[in-house]
Amino acid sequence: MSKDVKINVKHLTRVEGHGNIVVDVNSGKIEKVEWQVSEAPRFFETMVVGREYSELATITSRICGICSIGHTFASLKATEAALGVEISEQTRVLRELLLHGETMQSHILHVCYLVLPDLFKVGSVLPLIESHKEVVLLVTKIHRLANELCDIIGGRTTHPIRPKVGHFTMLPTRKELEGLKVRLEECLGDLKQLAETFQSVSDGFPEFSRETEYVSLTNEKEYAFYDGEVTTTDIDKVIKADEYRGVVNEFVVPQSTAKYGKFNRESFMVGALARYNNNHAQLTSLSKEVAELLGLSGINYSPYQNNAAQIVECVFAVERSINHVDWLLLQELKVEKPEIKVKNGRGVGAVEVPRGILFHDYTYNDDGICVAANCVIPTNLNHNNIQKDFEKMVPAMLDIPQEELRFNLEMLVRAYDPCISCSTHYLNVEFKK
Amino acid sequence: MSKKPRAAFFDFAGCEGCQLQVANLEEDIIKLLELVEVVEFREVMTGEAEEYDIAFVEGSITRKSDENRLKDIRERSKLVVAYGQCAVSGGINRLKNNWSSMDDVKKCVYGDDSNLAHLDTYPTRGIDEVVEVDLYIPGCPIDRDEFLRMVKELCLGKTPRLPNHPVCVECKLKENICLFDQGVICLGPLARAGCGARCPSNGSPCEACRGTVENPNKNAMHEILDKYNYTVEEIRRTINLFGVNPEVKK
Repeated sequence: MSKDVKINVKHLTRVEGHGNIVVDVNSGKIEKVEWQVSEAPRFFETMVVGREYSELATITSRICGICSIGHTFASLKATEAALGVEISEQTRVLRELLLHGETMQSHILHVCYLVLPDLFKVGSVLPLIESHKEVVLLVTKIHRLANELCDIIGGRTTHPIRPKVGHFTMLPTRKELEGLKVRLEECLGDLKQLAETFQSVSDGFPEFSRETEYVSLTNEKEYAFYDGEVTTTDIDKVIKADEYRGVVNEFVVPQSTAKYGKFNRESFMVGALARYNNNHAQLTSLSKEVAELLGLSGINYSPYQNNAAQIVECVFAVERSINHVDWLLLQELKVEKPEIKVKNGRGVGAVEVPRGILFHDYTYNDDGICVAANCVIPTNLNHNNIQKDFEKMVPAMLDIPQEELRFNLEMLVRAYDPCISCSTHYLNVEFKK
Repeated sequence: MSKKPRAAFFDFAGCEGCQLQVANLEEDIIKLLELVEVVEFREVMTGEAEEYDIAFVEGSITRKSDENRLKDIRERSKLVVAYGQCAVSGGINRLKNNWSSMDDVKKCVYGDDSNLAHLDTYPTRGIDEVVEVDLYIPGCPIDRDEFLRMVKELCLGKTPRLPNHPVCVECKLKENICLFDQGVICLGPLARAGCGARCPSNGSPCEACRGTVENPNKNAMHEILDKYNYTVEEIRRTINLFGVNPEVKK
């Protein structure tokens, strides 16, 4: 074949942050296939140095507007590990519930506002307000519930106010929890309907798969979000969260302001599909049913299936949220005021956020002032896998029209739900005095 | 304006949490679309436009190449709105400026690779340190209702205004117990209201994420600090969090 292909997508639309797609093929010879990240780095590790332990989550929550709750928890867990602070069952349940709210909010935003337009062959969700109003209203209803859950538990939908080191500053009322429960139960039916709509148009995804390594947290108790140790589809053991550097192996590449990662293969994937591939046996009953409806089986190798896994996780998040609300309704909830003694030390916090496994790693001095920090962002870890997908997809699809190839590549990046602005600032902070 | 104003959304270095607040308007987005025609919003739609009546700009400026992009937006737009604290003052990203050397900042994060050209950075700026700004919508994140109100007023040809009283006023109206009385230092007496005293109402001190009022009552603040045995240094630390500029923006 002697074909020329020139694709140059600057600042890909419908993804969070700034990334470019560049493909250059001359007479059938591939000169360049690149996923480039051009987001301005923000250098968060330098912002936290010199700040008090109680300020860290306020600052690092601002890494990402969409997963600010997950960042808050990774941050609080890292600080609590460093200072030796234990949390109560009440605080743990509230955190898990709040994290489920964020997972739902983020996944719905991604699958429905950013991906569905591709499947309906339109440029955004806006034309769907005219053509598929019932779908849009269903989506906004679910999205609103997710946000209001975050409001009720966290005090604000984005950059939560109430979660602090060792406690919550304010608790939901009984009335709020009861109202939430009714709406969560109703939401299960809404999500099933959404899954059916998604399934009816999902033949719009290209046929493409590439076997890779899938990395996520796992724990014996349940499908892991808030807590766990690290595992992958390539190993049958778990690795402690504070040994994360041996897993992520980040490195700098010329085409990206975000770092890349690799473990047992040339690249790996994190996120909903990675969690599903590692932990699907622990899903709840309805989420299993929806997984079957969406064609997910044991281990899935198409990155486009990440979208389906996100819908499955929304169902799981709602089912588990109902359990958590039930538990909270049985308790006499009390605002806790833990005594926190500062000391020097290092702590790592790992949490599964919508886009995958997240690590915060802080070191404090005797006065509880941060002297070093490192945060490893899931989107970072996926950039390398996206690049390797590109390298397989482009040669395999050279015979299709250029526009279609461009569209397939754009959809591929979107499938990963990249959160580019939060992925561009991290690593290896050694504070030198 | 006889036709619907053409609006565009842009983002620079930030967490994009403020455009998320726009998405979080949910069904109200449909009402917003009756007021303005959104012609460019990279994060939610495919498509670009040449000119805009209103450019909503989120995020801070941290490198030369972004300056050019911002200047280009300014040239093509009748009004430029800085929305979110990163655009207004540089926001939390301004903490980086506490470091005396940007080379040290880069080395701290990228180590031996810090000299690569694409990792370049300079001290964080709010967007009005690069271009002229017509309207500020502060906050980390912005308040959705305030955003909607200000857009509505813009479309009606009014000049939207920010509240110019301190957060304490809203906090009192909510009948919250003062955090100072609970042993917590709070920026409510200086900070600009409009958020409904959201943080104190959730048991957490105000951090002035919306900046300060135009003419803060410093004497009153000193009195409060004296009464509860705090130092100016202790509030300066927190005020520093969101890059609040001593020259208050109207």
